[in-house]
Amino acid sequence: MDAWLYPPPPQRTVSPRLRWRRLADRLFRGAVVASVVVVLAPLAAVLATVIAKGAPALDLAFLTHLPKPVGETGGGVGHAILGTLFLALGGLGIAVPVGVPAGVFLASDRMPRLAGVVRMCADVLAGVPSIVVGLFAYTLLVMPFRQFSALSGAFALAVIMLPTIVRTTEEVVRLVPPTLTEAALALGAPRWRAMLGVVLPSAGKGVAAGIIAAFSRGAGETAPLMFTAFGSQFLSWNLLQPIAALPLVLFNYAVSPYEDWHAQAWAAALVLVVLVLVANLVARYATARRSA
Amino acid sequence: MSLASVMAPVPVPTPSPGRVAPPVPRADPSPALREEPRVAKMVVEDLSAWYGRRKVLHGVSLPFVKDAVTAIIGPSGCGKSTLIRCLNRMHEIQPGAAQSGRVLLDGRDIHGGHLDPIELRRRVGMVFQKPNPFPTMSVRDNVLAGWRLTGTRPKDPDAVVEDALRRAALWVEVKDRLKAPGGSLSGGQAQRLCIARALAVAPEVLLMDEPCSALDPIATARIEELIHELAPTVTIVIVTHNMQQAARVSAYTAFLYMGELVEFAETAGLFTRPADPRTEDYITGRFG
Ligand SMILES: Nc1ncnc2c1ncn2[C@@H]1O[C@H](COP(=O)(O)OP(=O)(O)OP(=O)(O)O)[C@@H](O)[C@H]1O
Ligand SMILES: [Mg+2]
Repeated sequence: MDAWLYPPPPQRTVSPRLRWRRLADRLFRGAVVASVVVVLAPLAAVLATVIAKGAPALDLAFLTHLPKPVGETGGGVGHAILGTLFLALGGLGIAVPVGVPAGVFLASDRMPRLAGVVRMCADVLAGVPSIVVGLFAYTLLVMPFRQFSALSGAFALAVIMLPTIVRTTEEVVRLVPPTLTEAALALGAPRWRAMLGVVLPSAGKGVAAGIIAAFSRGAGETAPLMFTAFGSQFLSWNLLQPIAALPLVLFNYAVSPYEDWHAQAWAAALVLVVLVLVANLVARYATARRSA
Repeated sequence: MSLASVMAPVPVPTPSPGRVAPPVPRADPSPALREEPRVAKMVVEDLSAWYGRRKVLHGVSLPFVKDAVTAIIGPSGCGKSTLIRCLNRMHEIQPGAAQSGRVLLDGRDIHGGHLDPIELRRRVGMVFQKPNPFPTMSVRDNVLAGWRLTGTRPKDPDAVVEDALRRAALWVEVKDRLKAPGGSLSGGQAQRLCIARALAVAPEVLLMDEPCSALDPIATARIEELIHELAPTVTIVIVTHNMQQAARVSAYTAFLYMGELVEFAETAGLFTRPADPRTEDYITGRFG
C-alpha cells in the first residue's frame, strides 16, 4: 500500500494585519447592510401603509362592482381596474409596434445620424414630465374632437411607455451575437427576415420584459390621463368615450370629502400596487427563464 | 492538365508571373483530376479587400474548379476568411468593408444586376469557423432555416431534414431529438448541424471556413468523408490550418500570405514541389 505523505498544515497565526483586515471586512459588511436597509425601508413603509389602510375596504365587491352614487356606501372600482388594463394595453398596442422596430433599428447600427436623432428623442421623451405628455395628447386628440376619450388616454400612455420599450429592445437585441445574424444572411435571408426570424426570437424574452416594464410604468400614471381618459363612473369599452382608470379613481377619491371614499382610495392604491408588482414579477420571471 | 484548360470556358484572369505556378505534370493524376474538361465554377479576378483603410487582400486572382475541392491555406490573419466571404458577398455586410476586382459565378459577375445577394447566397452556401446554430429554433427548424428564411418551403421537409442530417453525419445522434433546441447540442454536433443547414438548400458551391476546428478527430473524419461525397456534385472551397487535411480533401490548393496569393496549384504538386520558397516554408512548418 502506498502511503502518501502530506506536508504539515501551515501554522495559523493571526497577525495584527490580518486582524485589522477582518475588522475592516466586518465594518464594510455592516455599512452595506445598513445602506440596504435605508433603501428598502421606504419601500417597506409604503407597502405596509397601503396594505394596512387599503386592506379593510378590499373585498370581492370592491374589485367587481361599479361605484355607488355619492351618499351611498359600498360600491367598487371594477370599472377602473378594467379601464386601467384597457388603457395600458391600448398604450402598448400603440407603443410596441413603434418602439420595438425603433429599438431594433438602433441596435442595427445603420444610418448613424438618424439613429442619433431617434436615440435623442427617446431620451428626451423619457425625461418629459408626464403631465406635459397629457397636455400634448390633449391638444392632439381631445381638442379637435371636443371629447375626452380612452383613445387619447391610451395614446398618452403610449408616449410614456415608448422610451422604455425602445431602450430595452435596443439593449437586448444588441446582446444577440452578430454571428447569428451572419448565419441567417449567409443562408440568403433578407435583413428583415433575419431580424424577425432569428434575432428577435433570440431576444424575445428580453423584449417581452421591457414591454411588461413599460406596462407597469404606464398603468401607474395619473397625470397623463387627467385631460385625456378623464375618468368615468361607468364601465365603458368605447374608444371614443371617457374611461375610468385606477390612478384617476384614487386621485378623485383621495381629494373628496367623504370618509368612505378615502378608504376606497387606499384600497384602489393597494390594487394598483399589486397590479404593478405582479407585472414586474412576471417580467422578472421571464428574464430569469431566458438566461437559463 | 494545365491551368489554362481549367479556366478555359470563362474569361480567364492572367495570373501575374511568378505568383501562380503552373501545376506540375504528374505521371498519375488523382482520379478526381482525370476527367476533362474542367470548368471554373467561380473565378476571382484581381480581388482586393479592405476593412476601413486597411487593405487585407491585394489583387488576388484564382479559379475554383467546378465540382472539385479547393483548399485555401495560409497563416492566421492572411485573409483566408476575407477571401471566401467575398465569394458570397458576406464581406460587404460588415461596416467599413470595401472591395475591388471581380468575382464570377458561372462566368458572370456576382455583383452584376442579374443576381441579388439573396439568390447568390442560396447558391453559394457557407459554414463558419465557429458553430452558429440558431438557439431558439429546434434542430429540425435549424436544418430548414435556409428555406424558411428565404420564404420558401421544400416539397418534403422531413426528407430534406433527414437527408441533410445524414450527410452531415448527425442523423443518428439527433433523430430522436429533432424538437430539441439548436442550442442544446455539443460544439461538434452544432457544427455538423450548421453543415446540414447549409446542405439542406442544395447549394452549388459550399464555402467552409475551418469547419473542423471545433471537431474531434472522429467528427473531422466524417466531415472529410462528407466532402469527398459531395465533391462530384458540389464545388467546395475549404479554409484550413491543417496541411494534412488540405492534402487529404482537396484537388487544388491556394496558398495565401499577407493578403497575396503566393501559389495556386494542384494539391499534390503544391505539397510535393512548391514553386515558391514561402510556400515551402509554410507547409514545412517554418512559419505561420
Ligand atoms: N471585421 C474586421 N475589421 C477589421 N479588420 C478585420 C476584420 N476582420 C478581419 N480583419 C483583419 O483582416 C485580416 C485578414 O483577416 P481574415 O479573417 O481574413 O484572416 P484569416 O486568414 O481568416 O485568419 P484566421 O486563420 O486566423 O482565421 C486580419 O489582419 C484581420 O485582423
Ligand atoms: Mg479565418
